[in-house]
Amino acid sequence: MEKNRISKVDLIFENDGTLVNTVLDKVKKMNPDDIIMEMIDSGLKGRGGAGFPTGLKWKFTKAENSYDKYVVCNADEGEPGTFKDREILDRVPEKVFTGMAVAGYAIGARKGYMYLRAEYNFLLKGLIKKVEEFNKLLKDKGFDFNIEIRSGAGAYICGEESALFESIEGKRGEPRNKPPYPTVAGLFNKPTSINNVETLVYATVIMKYGAEKFKEMGTKDSRGSKVFSISGDTPNAGIYELELGMTVAAFVDEFGDGDTKAVQVGGASGICVPRKKFNDMIIGYEGVPTGGSMMLFNSSRSMYNVLKDYLEFFAEESCGQCTPCRVGCQQLLRGIEAVKKGEKDPSYLETLKKLAQTMKISAKCGLGQSVANPFISIVDNFREEIIY
Amino acid sequence: MAKYNVNLKINNIPITVEEGTTVFEAARKLNFRIPTLCQHPDLCVAGNCRVCVVEQKGAKTLVASCAMPVSEGMEIFTNSEKVRTARKHIIELLLSEHNTECTSCYKNGKCELQSLANEYLVNEKDFIKLVYDKKYTIDDFSPSIIKDDSKCIRCQRCVRTCTSMQYVSALAVAYKGEHQKISTFFEKPMNSVVCTNCGQCVNRCPTGALVEKNYIDQVWDAINDPEVHVVCQTAPAVRVGLGEDLGLTPGNRVTGKMVAALKRLGFDSVLDTDFTADLTILEEGTELLTRLKKALVEKDETIALPMMTSCSPGWIKFIEHKFSNLLPNLSTCKSPQQMFGALAKTFYAQKKGWRADKVVSVSIMPCTAKKYEANRPEMRDSGF
Repeated sequence: MEKNRISKVDLIFENDGTLVNTVLDKVKKMNPDDIIMEMIDSGLKGRGGAGFPTGLKWKFTKAENSYDKYVVCNADEGEPGTFKDREILDRVPEKVFTGMAVAGYAIGARKGYMYLRAEYNFLLKGLIKKVEEFNKLLKDKGFDFNIEIRSGAGAYICGEESALFESIEGKRGEPRNKPPYPTVAGLFNKPTSINNVETLVYATVIMKYGAEKFKEMGTKDSRGSKVFSISGDTPNAGIYELELGMTVAAFVDEFGDGDTKAVQVGGASGICVPRKKFNDMIIGYEGVPTGGSMMLFNSSRSMYNVLKDYLEFFAEESCGQCTPCRVGCQQLLRGIEAVKKGEKDPSYLETLKKLAQTMKISAKCGLGQSVANPFISIVDNFREEIIY
Repeated sequence: MAKYNVNLKINNIPITVEEGTTVFEAARKLNFRIPTLCQHPDLCVAGNCRVCVVEQKGAKTLVASCAMPVSEGMEIFTNSEKVRTARKHIIELLLSEHNTECTSCYKNGKCELQSLANEYLVNEKDFIKLVYDKKYTIDDFSPSIIKDDSKCIRCQRCVRTCTSMQYVSALAVAYKGEHQKISTFFEKPMNSVVCTNCGQCVNRCPTGALVEKNYIDQVWDAINDPEVHVVCQTAPAVRVGLGEDLGLTPGNRVTGKMVAALKRLGFDSVLDTDFTADLTILEEGTELLTRLKKALVEKDETIALPMMTSCSPGWIKFIEHKFSNLLPNLSTCKSPQQMFGALAKTFYAQKKGWRADKVVSVSIMPCTAKKYEANRPEMRDSGF
């Protein structure tokens, strides 16, 4: 059911000094299968953006027969316009670690890695100190699990799960072929559950309050709440935890500046929703999914510049290994520049849209596949701004 | 562990194959040819060129057939409209990044990208030509290999060859996105890195990005110089490879034809490396016996054993770069090519009454490392 108003939630940053102990003690008494059932029941989907059901991911990883398994926390928050994980890691890192320990206990892993993006290195010192304390706590409580933090080197592509594994393994961060999926052969080719920072905090929250409370919020396809990073032409930029299932219109009512012409949902690789579709679009997996980034643009913005910016970003941040992504991004960028300058006929945009479609179905990983999202949604809805 | 069988359909034709088979291999069994560029039978799967994409019923995206293992009940279409459109786009994208001056390319007629572009009737009109903006330079510093990045399609066959087959790792992927390229340590020229000049990358490059350096003009200049005596040696492999290249059944020897042809080209003498290969065996054998005597009879503990042959210049350079502690184990003998060169300019020149500085020794060999070896300074101790 769509919701015509927004409702704010306070679960992620909730100040609860006893949470870690409560959850760890509770989990220790539970059967791993029951934990996984609880997670599946909650309907929690990955909060990094792709939206894979977390409980299933844990179930698949648990089902693999391997002595070594890993839990990886993806803290390579690189999507333009997303800054929620930074806030979470800064304010409630112990909840993230707890989520990792819960996942480790559930799937049978003894080792967890947190992959922290290079730009968040200012958090590293504090996190290392806290993770050491946490590892000690785990040991005291009898958990056979410990967490190590690894730092990235500044590539957007390393947020892609298999490129992230390569990076942790000390190799060049390039996505792998799938299958095999991480649940079968992930980090060091062992079964791995890789979850976003926020997902792991929600796992902690669900372990405390139970799946029922989480399920009460949101819609059938998008259960619960989510942390949003709100930026752009808004008087209220910042981080907000909101219930899922609101329309873009309800969102703009709350956060817009009265002149919002478009909202980019899900960062540079997400979809651009124009004003005329605000009422029809639900923020969630049944409509426009997001990893948290919400960028608002008012009428003073040129959507050509917005798209050009995104394409420059992708042309730079593609790992470069697969043809559709490496060359496709450059062609889309040069293409809209040529149309703008009048070197190519406006009908060239149709050729470029077909190319974007090819990238969507033939690129090796999510990066190349999702370039079509902003490209097609901006070109379709703001065609005149691209041409003139 | 016993492998079980998997049933699938390719273009509506059912087939049963062992688990772990790729879609590409299964299609090959049904004689469906799927084009590839980055894939190579010698190398591990990369799945990065994407020309081998096929449609899998029910999947949101196309799948790279070279990397996709078969699964039960799978339905694959190798030439659907979706597949052909994507494949054409991908080939066009590669061409937009590629220097397509094919007529002057060493690989003209033997280039895998060129033949794919032909097969898919790809025109170059749709996309913007990117290659000219990229300010590529040609690295021709190596005596053996020319690396032209403007013709590179980033399939990484060379990198996989250099790293996982040869364990040399002179070539690697550098930078990302639009700047991604195949490069060397600190982008140094190919003659200043650990490259052994083995030429295996050249063998596997699908385009003209890595080709062997040829010295044909220099040979013609020598032949056409009336004052110079040009002595030619042919390696054993050439008399077979030559026939195969000219369309004879593989394995056919064309020694007589080859010698006659070389004579007609104008070489003054055509001789066989076989002879100096025998000399190498004699020399190395003697050296081994000498070392054994010193080590076993005279109990000299400084003698390095086992002794390894020194007849491959690629091997020698590999040892020099990667296992320099094993250098004493290498035989000190020259290789057959170098023994020949030395003899041609000393013993043979004397017999013929030629001045050594007016003798040019040309060797026809199956290996690019020999081009490097011929130029090693220590090979010129006779002064010529």
